[in-house]
Amino acid sequence: MKIEKEQDVVPFRNRVKEYAVKIGMSLVNQTKLITAASELVRNMLKYANGGVVLIEAINQGRDVGIRLTFQDKGPGIKDIAMAMKDGYSTGKSLGLGLPGTKRLVNEFDIKSTVGEGTTVSIIKWKNG
Amino acid sequence: MDRIPILRMGHFLLVTIQIDLYDRLATNLETDLVQMVNKTGAKGVLIDISALSIVDSFMGRILGNIGSMSKIMDAETVVVGMQPAVAITLIELGLELKGVHTALNVEKGMTLLQEKITSYDEELLDNEDHSEQG
Repeated sequence: MKIEKEQDVVPFRNRVKEYAVKIGMSLVNQTKLITAASELVRNMLKYANGGVVLIEAINQGRDVGIRLTFQDKGPGIKDIAMAMKDGYSTGKSLGLGLPGTKRLVNEFDIKSTVGEGTTVSIIKWKNG
Repeated sequence: MDRIPILRMGHFLLVTIQIDLYDRLATNLETDLVQMVNKTGAKGVLIDISALSIVDSFMGRILGNIGSMSKIMDAETVVVGMQPAVAITLIELGLELKGVHTALNVEKGMTLLQEKITSYDEELLDNEDHSEQG
C-alpha cells in the first residue's frame, strides 16, 4: 500500500485493522498494532515524504500474526541507536515514535542507509 | 474544509470527536479551540474521545497542547471517554497526557469542570475577604 500524503493514514490504519480482525486479534493488541503502525507511517511521511507499506498475515508454528513492512527512500537514519532512545527527536516531536512503537509490538527490526532510505518491519502476534 | 464542530454550553466548550482524525483536522481543532476560548471567555473545555479507536503520539500531543494552551487562557481541559485499549496503549507508548484532566464520561467530566471553576471562585472570594480584613 502506497503512502503519499497524510490523508492516506486513516485508510491505511483501517486496512491494518481489517487484517487484525481477520486473524482474531484481541482489541488491546489491535489497538497497539494500529497505534504502532500509525507512528511509523507518520515518520515515513514526515522524514521521507512517504513510502510503501506491506501488510501480511503470517504463521509461525501455532502463532498467527500481522507483519508490517515500511519502506521509504528517504534520507535514512544516521544513528539508529540514538533514534531508538526515548525523548530523542531530530524533528519537532516528543521523540517517542520509534522506542514507543517498539514497546507496542513483539518484533521490531530497523535497517537504514543514509541517502538510500529506511526499512522498518514489525510483527504483532495474535496472542503476543 | 473539514472541521470538528465546537459547541458552547454556558461557561464550557464541548467537542465530540466522532471520526478518526487525520493530522490537518487535529491541528485545525487545536487552533479553533484556542480561538473559541478567547472569543467566548470559556472557563472549561470538554473533549469527548470515546469514538477514537486509537490515540498515537501526534494526537496525544495535540490533546496536551490544547490543555496547556487553554490553561494559559484561563480555561481547564477535561478529556473524557477514553477506551481502555487506548489507555493501555498510550501508557506503553510513553504518553501520560500531562496538563489535561481526564474523566470516565461526559457527565463526570462536566462535574469535574464545575468543581474546578467553583473552587477557583471560592479561592478568589477568600482572598477578597482577607484583603478586606487587612
